[in-house]
Amino acid sequence: MPSSAACLRLAGVRYAVGSARSAQGVTEILSGVDITANRGEVTVIIGPNGAGKTTTLGIAQGLLKPSAGTVQLLGQTPYRAGADLRARVGVMLQDSGLPQSVKPRTLLRHISSLHQNPWPLDDLIERLDLSGFLQTNIRRLSGGQKQRIAMAAALIGNPELVFLDEPSAGLDPQSRQLVFELINYLRTQGIGIVLTTHLLEEAQSLADSVFILKDGVVVRSGTVEELTGSTAETNGTLPTETRPLTFASPRIITREELATAPLPVELASGSNGAGARWNVTGIAGPEDFAKLSQWWSQIDLMPAEVSFEARTLEDVFWEVSVP
Amino acid sequence: MTANQTTTTPTPSRPAPPITRVLAHGLYEARNTLRNGEQLLVSLILPLLVLVGLHRVHAATDIVPDINTIAPGVLALAVMASAFTGQGIATGFERQYGVLAYLATTPLGPVGLILGKALAVLCVVLIQVLVLGGAALGLGWTPDPLGLIWLLVAVVLGAAAFTALGLLIAGTVRAEATLALTNIAWVLMGAGGGAVLPLNHEGTGALLLALPSAALGETMRTATTQGSLALVPLLILAGWALAGVLAARRWFRWT
Repeated sequence: MPSSAACLRLAGVRYAVGSARSAQGVTEILSGVDITANRGEVTVIIGPNGAGKTTTLGIAQGLLKPSAGTVQLLGQTPYRAGADLRARVGVMLQDSGLPQSVKPRTLLRHISSLHQNPWPLDDLIERLDLSGFLQTNIRRLSGGQKQRIAMAAALIGNPELVFLDEPSAGLDPQSRQLVFELINYLRTQGIGIVLTTHLLEEAQSLADSVFILKDGVVVRSGTVEELTGSTAETNGTLPTETRPLTFASPRIITREELATAPLPVELASGSNGAGARWNVTGIAGPEDFAKLSQWWSQIDLMPAEVSFEARTLEDVFWEVSVP
Repeated sequence: MTANQTTTTPTPSRPAPPITRVLAHGLYEARNTLRNGEQLLVSLILPLLVLVGLHRVHAATDIVPDINTIAPGVLALAVMASAFTGQGIATGFERQYGVLAYLATTPLGPVGLILGKALAVLCVVLIQVLVLGGAALGLGWTPDPLGLIWLLVAVVLGAAAFTALGLLIAGTVRAEATLALTNIAWVLMGAGGGAVLPLNHEGTGALLLALPSAALGETMRTATTQGSLALVPLLILAGWALAGVLAARRWFRWT
């Protein structure tokens, strides 16, 4: 099995910009972030826009100096670290960071020459399917092609830990599949992967551990199973947290019916999506389900279909993101 | 290798030796500069046109000095084009596109990046000296042989000063503003800043001798026409280099 030793630790990291003397004052971007990432695991950082994900990565990579707190990247402080540490870490920036007037092959060969034992270029070309545009100036490439080149540039040094900021942004489904396969391959090789994404489905399928950032702090963290409470499902018991339920109504439920027999107050009412499909959140146990059943009886409704939806990372994300 | 293998990375990641990294980056940047048509225009074609144009004008009127005065001035203009305008604009756009931030995360690092850029500037300047110097010799330039050593000293110091100033602008303002500022400054310093044509050493005009362009032009002209080192202009140039490096170190932003 891959080693699970920590390759990145952020403890109580704060980051502020501005000056107390300026008109805008000091703005705190990170207010005490704690994140640990392990070798051979995919650590996903998610959060709404402006939550501090890219700033967190910038500090972890050594591009930014934290205002407070400690950062340990492969056992060293990354800010102003030497070449020995930088050679062990691969970085893919959100805006790709690629020179525009260079051909991908030239760039990748150059980055490769900065390392003693780089990843074989031909292997990376094959894994990321780069051969079709290696001789085209980077400025002429599509967004997805640039993303794949940026990922290759992050990996060409054969790193022990790789940071991927939005690696699948702008990728078509085939390219996304290639990137997913490569990330899974990296994991099997014991390489630590820290990535940010807005695609929660992607996060759920890839992540060994997830950190949800909001307003510069980690508001939830754990494995996907821990966050969604789906571990309870595997041993046959209802989860302790509430789960969304969907039922299909064979007819429209009128406003008059809802006025005379409202949804049980213990249950959060959902929306009447297509006119006949209802989502109900707040079912925490058999008692809540019984109340819902009584309500169906009250309005003389026999649902055409009833299903519990497994809680997803997206559900958790919305729970913590919505004020 | 298959996706099911569960081995750790077999060989630890190691950086190439520092000299290799800087040399690799210097040559990479120099090649990119020489392949860039716009850069080539500013670095070689325009100075060459100035050299030939002024030589032709001199043949018609004595208002313009002879080739022995013009040639070192045009070399100064070319050094400013590569080190200041070319490097400033390239770095400004690299900063805007996040290239500097990315390269700072590689084994090259910020120091290697700057040394590599300086090496690239020297490579391009060497080509400029060979091409423009060759053209000037063909037009009748007769530099003092001993003075060529001082000329090289001036070229290296001038490249350092103007690279530092170019990076200072590129690292503090937007790329578009860098483009405008460095081009305007290059034209003004070339036309009236004592780089190509000598300045009046008397009156208020003498104040312009404190400009880095004038200091570079004066040092190069004295070297090739008199075979000696112009100490005061050289010290002024060294002062600009030091101030540029310190200011860039203080205010340069990588992102």
